[in-house]
Amino acid sequence: MLEITGLGKTYEGRGGVEALRKIDFRVDGGDLVCVVGPSGCGKTTLLKCVAGLLTPTAGEVRVAGRRVTGPPPGMAVVFQEYGRSLFPWMTVRKNVELPLREKKVPAPRRRELVEEALAAVGLADAAAAHPWQLSGGMQQRVAIARAIAYEPRVLLMDEPFAAVDAQTRAELEDLLLTLWRRLGVTTLLVTHDIDEAVYLGRRVIVLSSAPTVVQEDLAVDLPAARDQITTRSAPRFAELRAHVYAQIKQAKGRAAGDRTAGDRAAEESAPPRQVPSPAPRDLKRKTDGRTR
Amino acid sequence: MSAAGTRPAGPLRRAALRLLRVLGLPVLLVLGWWIYSVAEPTFYLPTPGRVAGAFTEVWFSARITEDVLPSVGRLLTGYALAGLLGVGLGVAIGSSRALRAAAEPVLEFFRAVPPPVLVPLITLLAGLDTTMKVLVIVSGCVWPVLLNTVEGVRAVDEVLADTGRCFGLRGPARLRHLVLPAASPQIMAGLRQALSIGIILMVIGEMFASTSGIGHTVVLFQRGFAIPEMWSGIVVLGLLGFGFSLAFRAAERRILAWHLARGEERGRHA
Ligand SMILES: Nc1ncnc2c1ncn2[C@@H]1O[C@H](COP(=O)(O)OP(=O)(O)OP(=O)(O)O)[C@@H](O)[C@H]1O
Ligand SMILES: [Mg+2]
Repeated sequence: MLEITGLGKTYEGRGGVEALRKIDFRVDGGDLVCVVGPSGCGKTTLLKCVAGLLTPTAGEVRVAGRRVTGPPPGMAVVFQEYGRSLFPWMTVRKNVELPLREKKVPAPRRRELVEEALAAVGLADAAAAHPWQLSGGMQQRVAIARAIAYEPRVLLMDEPFAAVDAQTRAELEDLLLTLWRRLGVTTLLVTHDIDEAVYLGRRVIVLSSAPTVVQEDLAVDLPAARDQITTRSAPRFAELRAHVYAQIKQAKGRAAGDRTAGDRAAEESAPPRQVPSPAPRDLKRKTDGRTR
Repeated sequence: MSAAGTRPAGPLRRAALRLLRVLGLPVLLVLGWWIYSVAEPTFYLPTPGRVAGAFTEVWFSARITEDVLPSVGRLLTGYALAGLLGVGLGVAIGSSRALRAAAEPVLEFFRAVPPPVLVPLITLLAGLDTTMKVLVIVSGCVWPVLLNTVEGVRAVDEVLADTGRCFGLRGPARLRHLVLPAASPQIMAGLRQALSIGIILMVIGEMFASTSGIGHTVVLFQRGFAIPEMWSGIVVLGLLGFGFSLAFRAAERRILAWHLARGEERGRHA
C-alpha cells in the first residue's frame, strides 16, 4: 500500500538541513506500522513526504502503486499540532463534516458518519462547541474523529497522543486499535514513545538520529488482541521494548558516517528482523485462554 | 465600602446606571456647549437650541432625498466596490508568491500616499459626475482593504492550509471555508479603516467640487453666513459617521463572532 524508496529530504536555506538521508520501507495494505525515533530526527518530515505535502529531494513515495506528487485521495492525516489543524471558525461538527462535503458524501450519510465518529471518540456532547472551547485532549480527539469519519484507505498520524494525559492516552490508543481492526485502514503512526510504538504497532520502524536512515524494521510478534494491562505486562512486551530502546540509544550514539551506503542497503533490503524470542507461543496461549 | 456599594443592584437600577454611562458624557458636553454659548454669545457659536431648530428645518425636508441620500448612496457604492476589489485582489496577491513580489513595492507606495494628497485630484475629477465621485471614494478606500487582505491571506496558518490540502479542499470551497475566514479579522480591520477614509473623501469631494450632497450644503451655508444651519450640517455628518460605525460594529460582531469569543477565552486563561 505504501512504498517508500530511497526517500531523502533536505530543507533549503542556510546550508540546507538534511532531515532525511535515505529511508526505505513499505507498509502492506491494512497494516499498522509505528515509526519511532529521537526528537528532531525527521519523523514529521517523513510523514509529510508520504502525505504529499512536501516534495522529497531524493527517492519517492508510492501509495497504492501511484507515485505521490500531492496529497493522494483517500488519505487522512492527524497532525502533531492538532490545535492548529482545526478550523476555529467552525463548530466541532462542521470540522468533522467539511472533508466529507468535499468528498461529495450525501448529506444523510454525512450526518451519520459525523455522529458515529464523534461518539467513537466520546465527544458526542461537544458537537456544537468550537474547538477553542475544548481542552487539548478533546481537540486531539476531534482531529482523530475527523480522520476516521473520512473513511480513509490510509491514515497517517503524527504523535497523535502526545498532548493528552496518561488515562486519555490509553483510551485513545485502544480506540485506535479498535477502529483500525474494524475499518482495516492502513495506518502509519509516528511517535517518540517506545512503549506506545510496541503496544500499537504490528511493526515498529526505528529511525536513527540525523542523518536519518531506518535503523531497524522490527516485527512485533505480540498477539493481535492487545490489552493495556496484559499486553504491557507480558514478558515479550518488555523484551521488545528493551530492544527498541537499545536500538534508539545506539542510534543516538552512533556517529554520522561510520556506516557505508553498502551496509545500509544490505540491511534495508533484508526482511523485518526478528528479535530472538523465547516463547511467544506461551503468551499467545495465555491470552487465548483469558478470552475464552 | 458603604452599604450601598455592597448591595446587589436590581435590574432597574442596573439599566439606569447603564443609561447614565452611555448618555452621561454627551449630555454633559451639550450642557457645557449651552452654558458657554449663552454666557458668551458669539455669532459663530449658536446655542444648541438654535442648531436643533435649524436641524429640523433644514434636514427634515427635500434635502433628505436631494442631498443626504445621494451622498450616502455614493459612499456605500464606492465603499462596496472598494471592498470587493480590495478583497478580490488581496486574495489573489496574498495567495501567489510571484504576484506578491511584483505588487508589493507598488502597494507600499500607494499605502504611503496620504489620502489628503488626493484632494486636488478630487476637485478635478469629483465635480464631473456620479461615476467620478464614486471612483474617488473607491480609490481612497481600496488600499487599506487590499493591504490588510494580503497580510491576512499570507498569514493563513500553515498547518491549517496543509489540513485543507489533505482533505481535498480547493478552489472556491478553499476560499470560502479556509482563506476568507482565516483572513477575516484582518479584512475587517481594513474595512474599518476604509470606512472612515470613505466618509472623509465623500465630504471633501462634495465640499470642493459638487452641486449637491451634505458636504456641499455645509459649505453653501458657511458662505451664506447661515451659521446655525452650517452647524446642523456638521451634526448630520457626525451622526452619519456614528451610525455607520455602529452598523459596522454590529456586522463585525456577527462575522467575527468566533474570533472575538476566542479572544475572550484566551484572555480568561491568560
Ligand atoms: N520547514 C523546515 N525548514 C527547515 N528545516 C526544517 C523544517 N522543518 C523541519 N526542519 C528540520 O528538519 C529536522 C527534522 O524535523 P522534523 O520536524 O521532521 O523532526 P521530528 O522527528 O518530527 O521532531 P519532533 O520529535 O520534535 O516532532 C529538524 O532538524 C528540523 O529543524
Ligand atoms: Mg514531529
